[in-house]
Amino acid sequence: MSASGVRLDDPGRSVLLTGNEAVARGALEAGIAYASSYPGSPSAEVLEVLAALAEERGFYAEWSVNEKVALEGAAAASLAGLRSICIMKADGLNVALDTLTALSASGTKGGLVVVVADDPGAHSSVKEEDSRYLGKVAHLVILEPADPQEARDMTVAAFGLAEQLRAPVMLRCVTRVCHASGNVVLGTLPPKPAGRPHIGCQERYITHVAYHRIQEERLAQAREIGEGWPFNAYQGPPEPEILVITAGPGYLYAREAVEVLGLEGRVGILKLGMSWPLPEKFLLRHLKSASKVLFVEEVEPFHEENVGYLVACHLEEVFPLALYGKKSGHVAGPKGPGLGEIDVDTVIRALAALAGIPYEAQPGDYGREARELVKKIPRRELGFCAGCPHRASFWALKTAIALDGREVVVLGDIGCYTLGAGRSGHYLMQTVHAMGSGVGMASGLGKLERLGFSQPVVALVGDSTFYHAAVPALINARYNQSRFLLVVLDNGTTAMTGHQPHPGSGVTALGKRVPALSMEEVAGAFGIPVTVHDPYDVKGAVEALYRLLRQDGVRVLVLRRAYALLTARQEKKPRVYVDPKRCLGDACGCHRFCSRVFGCPANTWDAALGRAKIDETVCTGCGVCATLCPQGAIVVEEVTRNGA
Amino acid sequence: MVHNLIITGVGGQGTVLASHVVAAAAVESGFLVAVGETFGASQRGGSVTSHVRISRYRRYGPLIPRHRATIIVGFEPLETLRALLNYGNPLTRVIMNLHPNYPLGVLSGADTYPETQALMEAVRRISAGVLAFNATEIAHHMGSPVAANMVMTGALAGSELLPMAVPAYEKVIGELFSGPARQLNLKAFRAGVLVARGDLPAVWGNQVVKDGGK
Ligand code: SF4
Ligand code: SF4
Repeated sequence: MSASGVRLDDPGRSVLLTGNEAVARGALEAGIAYASSYPGSPSAEVLEVLAALAEERGFYAEWSVNEKVALEGAAAASLAGLRSICIMKADGLNVALDTLTALSASGTKGGLVVVVADDPGAHSSVKEEDSRYLGKVAHLVILEPADPQEARDMTVAAFGLAEQLRAPVMLRCVTRVCHASGNVVLGTLPPKPAGRPHIGCQERYITHVAYHRIQEERLAQAREIGEGWPFNAYQGPPEPEILVITAGPGYLYAREAVEVLGLEGRVGILKLGMSWPLPEKFLLRHLKSASKVLFVEEVEPFHEENVGYLVACHLEEVFPLALYGKKSGHVAGPKGPGLGEIDVDTVIRALAALAGIPYEAQPGDYGREARELVKKIPRRELGFCAGCPHRASFWALKTAIALDGREVVVLGDIGCYTLGAGRSGHYLMQTVHAMGSGVGMASGLGKLERLGFSQPVVALVGDSTFYHAAVPALINARYNQSRFLLVVLDNGTTAMTGHQPHPGSGVTALGKRVPALSMEEVAGAFGIPVTVHDPYDVKGAVEALYRLLRQDGVRVLVLRRAYALLTARQEKKPRVYVDPKRCLGDACGCHRFCSRVFGCPANTWDAALGRAKIDETVCTGCGVCATLCPQGAIVVEEVTRNGA
Repeated sequence: MVHNLIITGVGGQGTVLASHVVAAAAVESGFLVAVGETFGASQRGGSVTSHVRISRYRRYGPLIPRHRATIIVGFEPLETLRALLNYGNPLTRVIMNLHPNYPLGVLSGADTYPETQALMEAVRRISAGVLAFNATEIAHHMGSPVAANMVMTGALAGSELLPMAVPAYEKVIGELFSGPARQLNLKAFRAGVLVARGDLPAVWGNQVVKDGGK
């Protein structure tokens, strides 16, 4: 997205920003000096925007190798007295958690804000983790914005809070905040960060169990702050029949549900901007005046459990009171309570049931006339992009495994290539867990020989994942003399999240050219043999894979090809077309190999002609299908740059 | 009063950019806006839908409740019908691109793609009216099929279903792009405006269907 709205020095102006941009704006207004992140959806754009503005605003920004290192860098800036921000997705918090729990004990100095983006519904993740539980484990204050405006406001507030408490503050966003856009009223941009970073010789930041007491005292202090905090707010009648307790975008859904159902006189909404620690007195005041409570939050019943406990402790004061939400089954999206995203309809259904009023969005037969005409609406499956080198790599691997003939185990990883677990990758991947975990598992499987395990093992990782988490596993494998083939699918960028650079790309977040850290040299330094091949040369890649599958020990094959969409933008692409005279279509033994089996979205089918066809608007001109067509019916016409 | 606009299509068609243009034009014109979109899978052939909510006084969340869309702009026929069935009602107005984009299942022969005419007729029957034409073809004539998103945005602006004036959109597009891309996108946008106004009916044999509804 763009940095133009974020950089505007026009206080009071209302501009359109995404939640991610709004976080970046809040950080600018707070005067950050250091920003770090590992790209993960839905929060990748925060650092992208910050990096674009770092030079002109005089602060430092980096893509770190992983979230743990990112957090350590931001913490260091904080200890030197600077304001710093570290951004990660929920899964990244798992990686950084060891450091975060320690930082919370040791305390920090300059405001340190940790932005954690959860992905309810797992739009671009493999799981939908609720990171508030981990924030609680780390004894942190957790703030939850509802929309971009609040994302900006709370980011600014979080820095002040972090300095007041001398501990990191966690800003928990969800996809519907990060990727939503809305009006954001801009505040003032401070002068460039002043003051010399410094750690005095008397200062100590030691993690020790003795500081557990301080962590608890700090939470008590935060709870007091939360009691009068403007982001914890109630709106509705003084004595509501139903009290909705909500946070994040759930607040906006609840408000709209009340409006749709016309329940303004019966329902009150208590919005928690601070999800941990709970403002207990504020909550109790409102719990006493209600008879039913409905919890609206994503993903897990975090408030439900914590407020439920508060209710249990104060039973006499709040009785009679009934609690509804995920546990009672009232708040349930299409997948069920506590599963996936919630939306306005989820809250409408819950409130309608509690209030005892009927609601139907449309008469049940809406759309019947359309469905009579169009019986079946085909689904859209996700697949690799046209020209994606991963498609060629997976095809090569499938072919090599077939040639090998043994029962090869394929361990997967996290990234675009996770799609390889589906049709796009011929269902080859048998495991998908966390960043780098396929390599650790391969290391383990490779040691099972003495117990009778004889299957060859292949682990797949992406290039960004290689640096992020595969390296320690590779060292482990080498040290313990395991045996497997590591295939690195190297497209030179972090494709899943929008092509951020990494240590192997030779460029930093600030756009500075640096020596690329070659993965051949990294693995080579461990004494592991490395082969590099171009996946577009499918035949050669198959041969390399076949040969390496039959070798022993730990070995690495890098299938390297720059991401096609990136290069297609840069160069004039060749024209690729099907010669209808040579294509046999359905009639031949190829079973329409190109569109049906290989599955590049640009390989389409001309039903009228009964021949394959290439969609030129989608084709990137990679030419891989041409090398695979058994009839040689696909023609690649090279376009010279000046001749075009 | 809230305008609930859905822009739907397939990853890579530029729905996100189009929704950004509409939303920015609304903010520039003094409205409150909330946009919700899912672009996690935007480049990989999946359905991509943006919800754009435009209001004067009250802030809304980023998701439109079921069957409460007032306008649906479909960049692809199948996705138009899919969105209408989920979010439409008999008062919903539809603008649709008739250029199909085949799902992987269709390409592989496992599924069949419905007839475009049937899709359009189905949309017509359960909405308050449809403006249907091949925006991809128009964009192609303007210089690049990729600009179909701006043709569709132009058709939305020209239809005057939203409270912003055409120049507000043009200003945003002008600021968003530079050089030849600016010219291409503005040209495509203006062609879309003309289509909606009925001033570009029979260009290049493009069939423009405008149906006032039942
Ligand atoms: S182009 Fe080649 S692979 Fe594709 S259907 Fe024709 S003969 Fe088969
Ligand atoms: S050349 Fe073939 S495989 Fe490559 S993008 Fe075009 S159609 Fe797809």
